[in-house]
Parts: sequence; C-alpha cells; structure tokens
Amino acid sequence: MDQVNPNLEIEYCGDVVVATLTDERILEDEQIQALEGSFMPLIEQTDNIQLIIDFSNVKFLTSSVLGLLIRISKKIYEKNGKLRLCAINPKIMEVFRITRLDKIFEIFSDKDDALVGLKR
Amino acid sequence: MTKSETVWHKSWNLPGIRAATEKACEELLDAARRLGYDEEELFGVHLALEEAFMNAIQHGNRGDSSKHVWVESLITPEKIDISITDEGTGFDPDGLPDPRLGDNLYKCSGRGVLLIRAYMDLVEYNDRGNCVHMVKFRDKEGRIRKALYSE
Repeated sequence: MDQVNPNLEIEYCGDVVVATLTDERILEDEQIQALEGSFMPLIEQTDNIQLIIDFSNVKFLTSSVLGLLIRISKKIYEKNGKLRLCAINPKIMEVFRITRLDKIFEIFSDKDDALVGLKR
Repeated sequence: MTKSETVWHKSWNLPGIRAATEKACEELLDAARRLGYDEEELFGVHLALEEAFMNAIQHGNRGDSSKHVWVESLITPEKIDISITDEGTGFDPDGLPDPRLGDNLYKCSGRGVLLIRAYMDLVEYNDRGNCVHMVKFRDKEGRIRKALYSE
C-alpha cells in the first residue's frame, strides 16, 4: 500500500485503484486541497481508471468534501473511468441522503463489495 | 454535572480565519458534552456549525481575514442555541437554488445552508442576511431529533 500523502493510502487490486481516506475528520481547506492534489494526477495518469474511495476511517466531513467528490467524479467520467465509494458510516451516509448525492454516486457497503463487477 | 454547569453561555468576537472559528467550535462542542450531549447527538450540530462558519468566512467576509465573525451561544440540557454574524453584505437564504434538484445536484458547492436546515430545528436569518440564528432542541426523552430530509 502506498501513502501518496498523509491523508490518503493507495492500494492496487489488479487494475482497480483503492484509495483509503486516512483522516477521521475532513474539514480543513488544506486537507481538501491535499486530497485533490493527490486524486487529480492519479486520474489523469491512469486511462479508464477504476477508482474506489474507501471511507472506513472517516467519521466526520463537511460539504467541501462533497464538492471534492463531485470534481473527482467529473474528472473520472471525462477520462471514461469508473468511481465507486465504499464503507461510509451511517452518520455520513445521512449527509449523502440529505443532499441526494446517494443518487449520483455508486455506494457499496465495503471494499470487497465495491470490487465486484470491476475489471481486475 | 454540577448545578452551575446546567447552563453554558459564551460570546466571541473572532478574527475571520478558520483557526479561530475552529477553536470556538471545539469549545462549544466540549461545553455541550459537559452538559450531557453525546457524539451521536452532536454530529449534526457540529456539521451545522462548520458550514455556518465556512459561509461566514468564505461568502460573508469573502476570505478577508481583517473582518470578524461574532458568535453568541447558549447551551442547556434542553437546547443548543447559536448565532453567527459576519461582516458581509448578507444574502437572501430563500433565493438559493435547491442543491438537490436537476443540474444543481452536480454542482461542487451550495449545500451548506441545506445541511444547516436539515440538522438544526430552527434556522433563521436577519433581514440583512449576514446573521444566522440556529437552535437544536432535545425532545422529551432528552434526545436530539433525527435530521430532516434523510429518509
């Protein structure tokens, strides 16, 4: 597993990139910018990227993170890739439901579940 | 909890920077914990606070760190009552596009006020639109009610 910045760990499961957010709380501009600075080159450099973002460590986030996820998803779809989210805790899932972002993101219960159906 | 800790009140005049509002936010949440609120209950209040502070600094004060953010807070076992005021010209909260509808769903911002309204029971703005007053009430069982819109 590679640690590309202090906020993110990257694991390759065949052709699938699993990015695990390491912070329990994501709310500072600096955290968001660091994550964006890690995700965007990764997406740029990988044709047809299949990316899973693992939220299992995350217990709190703000709407700035939701904005970042939308920017990531737009970039991925530009590059004909796929994005899945997994292991989102119930309180944070409630935030996705309130904002209805649960309708536009593919969300899975855990990493193994998210890997099903992706090309490996 | 001692009798003297059944009501907590504090006002701040903060510089409009994240470090200052973050400290106030932590202090406020710590006070609520001392008054018996648990992490489950405070998740939504914390989120509403973060969003309101972010709006005050980024949109109200437009990132100008020489401008201030004023906070008034009152916490009792029955409610958490907070007002946050910035130095901006204000905005019309009823004129905001609904971020849950149509193409707005794909916008990268504009969800803060929705989340504040979802997690707090009373949310009101002054006429100028530069002060948000928000309250979370506990129900008779002493539990904060579930967030709106989540079902």
